[in-house]
Amino acid sequence: MFSSKTIRSRHGLFLLQLAFTLIVCAFMVVPVLMSVTAGLTENYFVGLKSGLTTRWLLEVWDLYADSIWLSIYLALACLVCTLILGVPAAYGLLKCNRRWAAFVEEMLLMPVAVPGLATALALLLAYGGSQGFRTSWLFILVGHVLFTLPFMMRPVLSVMQAIDVVRLEEAASSLGAGQLKRFFTVVLPNCTGGILAGALMVITLSVGEFNITWMLHTPLTKTLPVGLADSYASMRLEVGSAYTLIFLMMIVPLMMIIQWVGHWATRRAERVGP
Amino acid sequence: MSSYDDFDRAKTPVAIRLRQCSCTFNGSGKGRTAQTALHPLDLEIRAGETLVLLGPSGCGKTTTLRIISGLEQPDAGGEVWFGDEEVTNLPIEKRDVGMVFQNYALFPNMNVAANIAYGLRIKGLSDDALKRRVAEMVDMVHLNGYEQRRISELSGGQKQRVALARALAVRPRVLLFDEPLAALDAKLRDRLRVDIGQLLRNLGITAVYVTHDQAEAMALGDRIAVMEKGRIVQLGTPREIYHQPRTAFVADFIGNVNRFKVQGRDAEKLHVEGGYLRAGLHLDAPVLYCRPEDIEICAPDSAPLQGRVLQSVFLGQSQRLLVDTGGDIPLQVESDSRQRWFPGQPIGLSVAGEALFPIADVR
Repeated sequence: MFSSKTIRSRHGLFLLQLAFTLIVCAFMVVPVLMSVTAGLTENYFVGLKSGLTTRWLLEVWDLYADSIWLSIYLALACLVCTLILGVPAAYGLLKCNRRWAAFVEEMLLMPVAVPGLATALALLLAYGGSQGFRTSWLFILVGHVLFTLPFMMRPVLSVMQAIDVVRLEEAASSLGAGQLKRFFTVVLPNCTGGILAGALMVITLSVGEFNITWMLHTPLTKTLPVGLADSYASMRLEVGSAYTLIFLMMIVPLMMIIQWVGHWATRRAERVGP
Repeated sequence: MSSYDDFDRAKTPVAIRLRQCSCTFNGSGKGRTAQTALHPLDLEIRAGETLVLLGPSGCGKTTTLRIISGLEQPDAGGEVWFGDEEVTNLPIEKRDVGMVFQNYALFPNMNVAANIAYGLRIKGLSDDALKRRVAEMVDMVHLNGYEQRRISELSGGQKQRVALARALAVRPRVLLFDEPLAALDAKLRDRLRVDIGQLLRNLGITAVYVTHDQAEAMALGDRIAVMEKGRIVQLGTPREIYHQPRTAFVADFIGNVNRFKVQGRDAEKLHVEGGYLRAGLHLDAPVLYCRPEDIEICAPDSAPLQGRVLQSVFLGQSQRLLVDTGGDIPLQVESDSRQRWFPGQPIGLSVAGEALFPIADVR
């Protein structure tokens, strides 16, 4: 039995916790909201009474539409590359000698641990001379793939370990399935969860990547974050803020779509019949 | 459909022969010493029989099974034969074996029916034939109504039934079990063991069954190979293994044994600590053994063996008494569970002569 006193003190504790949570949330959400309103007001220094407008949004679109599209293409290309490289690589790591696997994994994590600027500098030193490559968006793609690859491999590898893919493959091979058949009917379908988690990471990281990209970009290969830095540095505050708004409008639906695809894929996988 | 008719015909069982199969794993770590998992091994498994490989973990039983399946290659010089076909260099997918694993290894992305159908699909069976075979298998393992279930919705016992059906659906030449019941709780394990035993007898398929559980081994095996440290130490029927164990390890691994040091002998009596054993002179070994259930309890004053109860453990269907007769290890006696015994109580024992056996490697 609880006395009314303990109930009251519990109630008080709950209110305290709620208040704390709300304060922390506000601390993080308010700057975003301020940025968004700044992007929609006529004149930020005058304040909201100067009126709301979509003028800045349109201006950003006019100036930076190319950057936006480039970022989307780049993210998708990066996803394709990490899928083609990362999934088989995770599978290979699972099957090879443990000491080798640890070494390879550490090497793959290097571009994440080393500052992006250093990675970019190395790429410039090595390949900056080849003009066609240096000025194309493929140069940035290489940087993005280097940076995001471990984020694809990690979740895929841990899913493979969790469901004991090696044993599943042994079972499949005893039933007559060859290497390729096993990979596509048993390994891949059972790793969709990990692959989707990896894809989500790769796309968000690629869209938001600034360090490497800033070093590698040319005026013609400018991505979203580079454009953002550009607009904050050289234009009105409202334009920069409107830019943030566009960034949010792009990335939030993208993440929702990937989450939804993930749920759909697991539901479908569970329904598969003969 | 001719291919299905062909498939439908039950295969004649095939014998398995291992010749000089050893297996050495490259060591990892600093020393990098190669580890011998299996010493050169010759083994013949007769067509249609169930052979159980029994032993503690690390004894080489699973390695032997994996060599038979093709998941592991024997060291150079070893040969694996299925009937009169050498399969040493054949990969597992071409060996036509059915496997059942300890952790089921069912495909979580497919439902029960799709799991069972997996091997049939690879064989390229027509939809009709495939459905018929899956229905047959579902019926055989009593899982009717569960065809559309997801694997995650099944209990451990049901999962292992699906695995069994999946392995048998393709009509393999041999059936291999790798501790299939080890992950199940006791009650379920007993039920599935009975079912597997029945199935193996009905199918008449050559089967190899790996386990560390002696009760499982004795219930299922036509013959048992007891393994220790990469070698087969005794191969025989369950009765032979239990009643005439060849080494102390076998005697001890399969059930419990009592040990009598013979101190002297005359016409009909072997003198041991605490009294004597009635036995003929043909038992000339210095140490004799018997099973706990072969010791009888009788009135203390006229009994050939006298001792005191140290401890009694109630087991339900029986009780296990530890009796001190003056030897260094107390005797284990199995008695009916209704009579109560207290520590310190005097007790009389007798052992029938035919229950005593020597062990060859103890001199």
